[in-house]
Formats: sequence, C-alpha cells, structure tokens
Amino acid sequence: MSLLNYSFWEVFLGSFSPEIWKDIFPSVADTLYMTLLASIIMLIGGIVLGIILTALNPDGLIPLKIPYTISGWFINVLRSLPEMIMIILMIPVARLIFGQSYGTNSCIIAISASCIPMYARIVESSLLEISKGKIDAAKSIGSTNFQIIFRVIIPETLPSLIRGFTTAVITVISMTALAGNFGAGGIGDIAVRYGYQRFQHDKLFACIYILIVIVMTVQGVGNLISKRLLKRRGLV
Amino acid sequence: MSNYVEIEGLHKSFKVHGATLEVLKGVDLSIKKGEIFGVIGFSGAGKSTLARCINRLETPDSGKITVGDTDILSLSKKGLLQARKKIGVVFQTFNLFEAKTVYNNIAYPLKISKVKKDEIDKRVRETAELVGLTDKLNSYPGGLSGGQKQRVGIARALISDPDLLISDEATSALDPQTTLQILDLLKEINRKKGITIIMITHELDAIRYSCQRMAVLQDGLIIESGEVSEIFKNPHSHTGKLFAKVFFELQQPELRDGGGI
Repeated sequence: MSLLNYSFWEVFLGSFSPEIWKDIFPSVADTLYMTLLASIIMLIGGIVLGIILTALNPDGLIPLKIPYTISGWFINVLRSLPEMIMIILMIPVARLIFGQSYGTNSCIIAISASCIPMYARIVESSLLEISKGKIDAAKSIGSTNFQIIFRVIIPETLPSLIRGFTTAVITVISMTALAGNFGAGGIGDIAVRYGYQRFQHDKLFACIYILIVIVMTVQGVGNLISKRLLKRRGLV
Repeated sequence: MSNYVEIEGLHKSFKVHGATLEVLKGVDLSIKKGEIFGVIGFSGAGKSTLARCINRLETPDSGKITVGDTDILSLSKKGLLQARKKIGVVFQTFNLFEAKTVYNNIAYPLKISKVKKDEIDKRVRETAELVGLTDKLNSYPGGLSGGQKQRVGIARALISDPDLLISDEATSALDPQTTLQILDLLKEINRKKGITIIMITHELDAIRYSCQRMAVLQDGLIIESGEVSEIFKNPHSHTGKLFAKVFFELQQPELRDGGGI
C-alpha cells in the first residue's frame, strides 16, 4: 500500500496486517542483534577511553597535558566523521576481519567506531561530575588512583553513567537504521527497500512503530535503573 | 610529652590567573602527642591549605613536616599511601561515598588495605558503636542528618587506627547542638584512644571547648600559639585580641547587655 493511491488512514490500518509483520520480524532480530553487539563494544571501549580521558584531564588524577590533548584530538577527529562516511571508511577493516565488506557484522565495526568516541565523551563528562571532596576523602584514606577510579568515581557516578549509556544506545539504534542502507539488514534496510524504493508505506509505518517501541523501551529501562539507584541512595 | 607533629617553615603558593598567591608564608607548629591542638583563623588565612599539606593533598613549596618519625615530604608514592592511612581526616562537607551504605563507607579504608572480611566486620561494628551509629549501618548517607553524616565521616577516619586525626572545619556545617555532640565525640576519641587531633576551625567555641593548646593563623603566618586559656586571657596579637573580644561577647551576653543600663 502506498500513500500515492491510498488514504493515510487506509495505509495506517494496513500497516497492522499480519503479512507485513511476517516480513519485518526477521529484520527486527537483525536490528536488535546489531544494537546489542555494537552497544556492548561501545560500552567497553567508551568506558576505557572515558576513564583515560578523565584521569588525564587537567583536573584529573594524573593530569598530563600532552597525552590528554592528543587523545582529545583523536576523539574529535573520529567524532567529526558522519556515520555514513565511517561505514565507507571501515569497509577495508571489515573485509580484513570478516572477509566481506557488507552484512550485519561488518556494519557493527563501523557503528562501534562511530559510537566509542561519542560515548567516551559522555563517560568523561559523567565521571567529572564527582565532587572534588570525595576524591580528597578517598586520597586521604590512602587509596591508589586505580582504587579511586574503580571503587569511588565509577560507583558514585553510576546513575549518570547509566543515563549517558541510554542516550548512546539510542544513537546506536539510529545508526543501525542507516547501516541497513549498506547491506547490514535490519529495520533500516526494510524501510529503505520497501518504504522508499517501492513506495510500500505500510511497511515503512510498521518500521517506525518498531523503532519507537525499541527506543522507548531502552529509554524507559535506563531511566528506571538510574532512578532506582538514586532512590536507594536516598538522593531523590 | 614529646612533639608528635612538627611543621617547620612551611611555604605554599598557588598560581591564580598567572599571578602567584602566597597562602602559607613560613608556618611553624609543634603539636604534642595525645593533645587536641586548635588552629584558628579567618577564612583565607590558609587553614585548609595547612591541613591539606599535612597529608600531602597539597605539596608544599618548601618546609618540613614530620608526623611521628615520618618525614611526610620525602615519602615515596607508596610510602605516602601508607602514611595517609595513619592520618585520618574529617571534612566540613563530610565527603561520604553516597553509593555506599554507612557500613561500606566505614569499611572502605580496610577494604582497600585487603583486611580479612570478618576482621573488617568486627572493626566496623566496634567503630560504629564508638561513634553511635550501630542502628544506621545499612542506611545510605543520603538519608542521614548532618550530625550523623559527620559521625560516619569520623568513623571512616578512625577505622584504620590512625595516630593523628585532622578535623578540617568538621563542625562548621552543623548546628550548635550537633556541634557540641561532635566535639564531645572527638574529645572522647582523644581520651579513649590517645589519638592526637588537629582541630582546624574558625569557631572560637569549638577551640575553647575542646583544645588544650592552639595557634592563631593570619595571612599565612602563625601569629600566636600557646595554651588556650593563656591566649584568651592574655592575647598578644591583633587577631588574638579580636578573637577574645568576639568570644567575650558571645559567651557573656548578660554582662554586655546588662552592664551599662
């Protein structure tokens, strides 16, 4: 059904028909798979880079100006590449690792390469939220820098880290949709092939519902966990 | 009694917007073992910087700090971590770990020292009893009152059995009644455990109530030091006089108000 020869209402009703969903369901699995894997890689890479940035920050535990500036530049360079260009740039890398430049796994590399620097910045700003007094206290007790980071800073800023991760996962979801254009499959692929190229707007609508549900679920879960933590700590 | 903390010619300056601000201009202090020593000064006098230099949260530009037999400024990184475990610090803003329960806040210094679990448990409960927090162990600091938070802060500073406790404006954020309770607690700890306490404050009452000896810090220099009663009775310097006057008015309103009329 296309909006060109059906009314909006008819297309809307048509988007709930079982035949459409039969085609779409496998792609939902692809999207979830890409989102999950890319998010895990982003979480690990982003936390590691974010911790390094926080530690090297001029106000941080090991303030080193030159390494901080260099890693800052590196991250800014990666962040200035739009996702589409990153996918193209990562084609040779994907070919090297998976032997093919297209497909779900290959696009996960590009998505991670885009998201890690972004998430690293989010982690950095979360970690820097900690009050100087708590760091002073931890130092006075005789904590090593490692203990300060892992036993004080990360637990203390966990609610903020979770909120940041939620935002980042939602960005990953939007990137998976774009990656669909480059042979990654998933909802984005369906939306482009059916909704754009074949004017099957009922399928496009169905894709939108799925994306909305996924994004709302992610945001909802993130908010819930972060709020629970704050409540347990008696901070709200 | 021998001197336990010895500070000689301590200088510290900070760079603020390119200009150099000299905060400590050659501070000398001798603190005896087992006493409660007060350091009083107006804000900006350098009190907190002095406190932070003692466990090297700030590195002084020059001078000498000895705590017990330890030369604080010549310690290696590792030695400094060990030395810090024997110097407890209590802060004005408590600086508790909000992600940890009261129990885990108090236990933290032992946990990072890899003490055995049942040993930790025993000592946390002992310390909690000493500061009167036995019923709050499972709460989070977020749900405690200011006085209770400071008790957690004191317990956390005490658990690793320090020989020296630095109280950096520990009662300045508390109401008068709670201040008294916390001061009583500090006195009790000093009496029971023989811990030397350096009480840094701008509150005259706190010093008068708890300290045997004191020093007056003004513009980065100790302008007067000695027995508390002597300084209040016989203030030599400008600040000493000023403090004594403020103190007199605070303590004896009936004299001030009733005298002339």
